[in-house]
Amino acid sequence: MAMTVIWTGMTALSLVCALVLGNQAALAPAAMEGAAQAIQLGISMAGVLCLWMGVMEVMDRAGLAGKLAKLFRPVLRRLYPDFAGDKGVMDTIAANVSANLLGLGNAATPLGLEAARRMSRRTPGVASDSLCMLVVCNTASIQLIPTTVAAVRLAAGCETPFDILPAVWVTSLLSVAVGITAAKLLGKLWRD
Amino acid sequence: MQVVLDLLVPGIIAGVSCYGMARGVDVYDALLQGAAKGLEILWRILPALVTLLTVVAMLRASGGLDLTAQALGPLLGFLGIPPETMGLMLMRPISGSAALGVGSELITTYGPDSLIGRTAAVMLGSTETTFYTIAVYFGAAGIKKTRYAVPAALCADLAGFFFGALTVRILFG
Repeated sequence: MAMTVIWTGMTALSLVCALVLGNQAALAPAAMEGAAQAIQLGISMAGVLCLWMGVMEVMDRAGLAGKLAKLFRPVLRRLYPDFAGDKGVMDTIAANVSANLLGLGNAATPLGLEAARRMSRRTPGVASDSLCMLVVCNTASIQLIPTTVAAVRLAAGCETPFDILPAVWVTSLLSVAVGITAAKLLGKLWRD
Repeated sequence: MQVVLDLLVPGIIAGVSCYGMARGVDVYDALLQGAAKGLEILWRILPALVTLLTVVAMLRASGGLDLTAQALGPLLGFLGIPPETMGLMLMRPISGSAALGVGSELITTYGPDSLIGRTAAVMLGSTETTFYTIAVYFGAAGIKKTRYAVPAALCADLAGFFFGALTVRILFG
């Protein structure tokens, strides 16, 4: 529903703006061109997208996520102190984080949901501090290789679509750090 | 540094393949299956790309986008964020494919190597579809009282936008 409001609002706004500013003649060609451009973009990003999805499938089958998960356990125990003793929850979260890192969204979401379901058993219906932390960490992207974006850049004629990787890593780390800090702070301050 | 960046992509492709083969994975079959999944993803995002690129092109041609950018310019400029990325930032937490559509439009219009194009790419790559994720997680866990999850998650998004613009300016400015 949200997108219905946004779409309708944007079309109406462009009509009003075009009339007020006298740009009405440019509107129809722009709409047609935009639609056509979308398919061109889709076709030119298809190759990179498929290639990386293939590489990720190999990572998935080789069990790289499990290897990575071992690295995160110490950090995760501190992030989720209430569940540090619960091996099932800890293992599921560790697998969720490593799948997210490798960009295996299809594998990450079911793992995260399983961890959320297990956590919610202690506090039915209410988001505990740990559950809030899990959600915050999953809403902050920590993907090592942003495949789709790189594909869009390549499609737009970029010769080095991966040169943004360092910037993406630094930004992701800072944004996750801010999210975790906010969750920890709000967890102390929040009164229901 | 340049050598590392040059070798990053081929290194990952070859390295992952070697590791997979050593672990007894049918690497080629996995590559093919993954590529097929890539096509499915493309199939899923294409409709949203068409609608969003259409409406953003309309807004741009109408002059409305320039107006909003001018109006928001001082505030966002103060934070070092290109005002052109406003639409992307508004869309990002709501819909992943819509944000990709708006972001792609910025990247193609201003060029992938422009400051705006790079900022849009970094913003897209380092944030998530917050509201969708929250809905899925709390839905699955049967949570009614979400407490502070939404504000905390939005803090992370805002930080992503701010630091995205900042790192692009420092690394490429």
